[in-house]
Amino acid sequence: MLSRVADSLYWMSRYLERAEHTARLIDVHLNHILEQPSAAGLRRHQVLASLYVPADSDVIDSDYALAELLTFQRSNSNTMAACIATARENARQVREQISTEMWEQLNQLFLFINNTKMDQIWADQPHEFYHAVKQGSHLFQGITDSTMNHGQGWHFIQLGRFIERAMATARLLNVEFQALGQEEQDAAATNRNHFNLLVLLKSCTAFEAYSKVYTASLQPRHVTEFLLLDREFPHSICFAVIMIQNALNALAGATESNKTARVYRLAGRLFATFDYGQIDEIMQEGLEVYLANVQKQCMQIHNAIDKQFISYPIEEKLAA
Amino acid sequence: MHAVSIPDKKIGWDSPFANYQLDAVYDEMFEGSNKSWPQYQRLNQRLLELTPVELQQRQQAADLAFLHQGITFTVYSANEGTERIFPYDLLPRILSAAEWSTIEQGLVQRITALNLFLHDIYHKGHILRDRVVPHELIYSSRHYRREMRDLNIPHGVYITVTGTDLIRQPDGQFAVLEDNLRVPSGASYMLANRQVMKNIFPRLFADYGVRPLDGYGEALLKTLASMAPDQRADPTIVLLSPGVFNSAYFEHTFLARHMGIPLVEGRDLVTHDNVVYMRTTAGLQRVDVIYRRIDDDFIDPLVFRSDSTLGVPGLFNAYRSGNVTLANAIGTGVADDKAVYAYVPAIIRYYLQQDPILPNIETYLLEDPKQCDYVLNNLDQLVVKAVGESGGYGMLIGPHSTQEVREKFRQKICANPREYIAQPTIMLSRAPCFIDGKVEARHVDLRPYILYGDKVRILPGGLTRVALKRGSLVVNSSQGGGSKDTWVLNS
Repeated sequence: MLSRVADSLYWMSRYLERAEHTARLIDVHLNHILEQPSAAGLRRHQVLASLYVPADSDVIDSDYALAELLTFQRSNSNTMAACIATARENARQVREQISTEMWEQLNQLFLFINNTKMDQIWADQPHEFYHAVKQGSHLFQGITDSTMNHGQGWHFIQLGRFIERAMATARLLNVEFQALGQEEQDAAATNRNHFNLLVLLKSCTAFEAYSKVYTASLQPRHVTEFLLLDREFPHSICFAVIMIQNALNALAGATESNKTARVYRLAGRLFATFDYGQIDEIMQEGLEVYLANVQKQCMQIHNAIDKQFISYPIEEKLAA
Repeated sequence: MHAVSIPDKKIGWDSPFANYQLDAVYDEMFEGSNKSWPQYQRLNQRLLELTPVELQQRQQAADLAFLHQGITFTVYSANEGTERIFPYDLLPRILSAAEWSTIEQGLVQRITALNLFLHDIYHKGHILRDRVVPHELIYSSRHYRREMRDLNIPHGVYITVTGTDLIRQPDGQFAVLEDNLRVPSGASYMLANRQVMKNIFPRLFADYGVRPLDGYGEALLKTLASMAPDQRADPTIVLLSPGVFNSAYFEHTFLARHMGIPLVEGRDLVTHDNVVYMRTTAGLQRVDVIYRRIDDDFIDPLVFRSDSTLGVPGLFNAYRSGNVTLANAIGTGVADDKAVYAYVPAIIRYYLQQDPILPNIETYLLEDPKQCDYVLNNLDQLVVKAVGESGGYGMLIGPHSTQEVREKFRQKICANPREYIAQPTIMLSRAPCFIDGKVEARHVDLRPYILYGDKVRILPGGLTRVALKRGSLVVNSSQGGGSKDTWVLNS
């Protein structure tokens, strides 16, 4: 597979995952703020922080302003609309590599968002709009899985999605846990913590899955363990790391590359920290440090993928 | 020949043909005011059965199919978004088996002769020595590439893919308007049009007995494979595109997908020791045949334009060393120079000792003072074209021009007569098109695609381009043209 093609597939997938994540955060925010209007200002700040959007809370003083900033605003290069446009642009550059069905789905999603105005979303049902975007992204993933060869290209798509997901989830956990009150409890604080945990779980589509494992009793320790270390839930970081590891193993075979190369060692190391990780130890040593480290390792893997498959020096390969 | 007349009752209320224009221009559908050509009778009947609303619905379904598939092209200098849908006309253009047979024979003859001509002028140059074609004309052509002298290429085939523009004259005969021997585009639209047509008019299509176009991808692949250096078995073939901003990018991806070959850009290729490689995730992979969709000028910054960032440094030397094949070959543009065009009938007679089956359009060469005088005195009736341009750029259509534009062209011609030719304004034939709920007549041309490798392959059909503006004679997509499906009938 051409290096440039692998690169485009990787980024197509990352941007689509980012768009879906953004849509979900907005949707969850708009939904939950209805019952807790007093928390709106704080929640808006949390959403912006977890998406790395620098914004003045005086300017973003309403949910409309928040939604507009994250959905369309041109000054923000990571809006949902921009992410989908970039995903499509990457797909367009590899039109002949992806299936026609994939292209048509992504193109339709792009056209749907491009033909929608913020006022219109607000006047109708914002939930329906963001739901349609998430569904469009899920549909694309389903179409990808069922119409594209599960060869190299598909593995690069997996890599993009799960690296993006691991990093975004780590960031989200970090931002949300800093805001959780410590164990000292008055009724209002308990209530607030419960609300924040619920939002966190829903932001990872994790509430139902969590409840099946731990019941609906929301404990910070359980929520953290679930979103970090659960091996079966597709939005946990551990799951993403397993998928990254699987994709790289498959690529090592397909490209007949040396398994001692840096990218494989980095992925193996990250996998090991999750494989043998204990929630008590992690909490003791500080969740913040741990999550920052996960993000750093994901970034290293990202760079190593580029070095291994995309922008390697020619001399290296001619000698081989 | 039987003809069916349009039932009177339909004409009374709102026959879709109420505004249809018939005059001295050849009409593809109607022989006379109430008579359609035999191959159009069934279409005619079907159109009269459908209500305007039904027709409109089908047009919308077709437009939507193009939008969703992203079948778009890019317009240079358009201010807003650069992607546009290629306008598609609902009604097919239908050619009888006999008409097609003449076209096919004429094209094989013409392409064979032009290829022999290219081989000759890049080797011994017999035709120049015999003064059939003036050598100044060749050596002054912008597209003549000295770098190609004495280079032997597989099968001696220079023009692997051609898209010849044919027009139908008022007497019903097809003539060649332009030979596009460099990087002709449009084949993907021909195939996409067919796909949409089959979805929109399935029954009509099935009843008609239309010859299939499905094999184009495979035929092109076979042709390219036959061009591999040293007859290498199982060659690696790639399509070299300028990238996503090129107006024909949709076509590049479409063809690459239909052939199952990688689409590469210049930055994907590297050369080392005169061998071309592509960068893959598994390292460097050798490339044998390049179907290049980049012009000569941009293909190798070390040999041609040094400011090109689209090309591959070192590619030309790899080509000269015989390690890689380029299709089309470098330097084919000299034979579709519009001044050389005037000599093609002579070229056919010289190499094949045959009379041309498809005639040329009469062409005035402006370096000849007598012809130039005539042209300058009749600019308002003639078409003037820049010899090295394509895509409808750099053209004057006398009858549709203003005094001011004609004056500009007069100055350009006087300053540089070799750069221009003139032709009489040809009334291209008209075909029925579905426009704003009515069927109206619009001017059309026809571009069949000819593949030439180990042998000549021509797919039955082509791209019928339509000048969608009423009265306009310019069919190029870059100038507001559209296209329609072209049916060649089995019998």
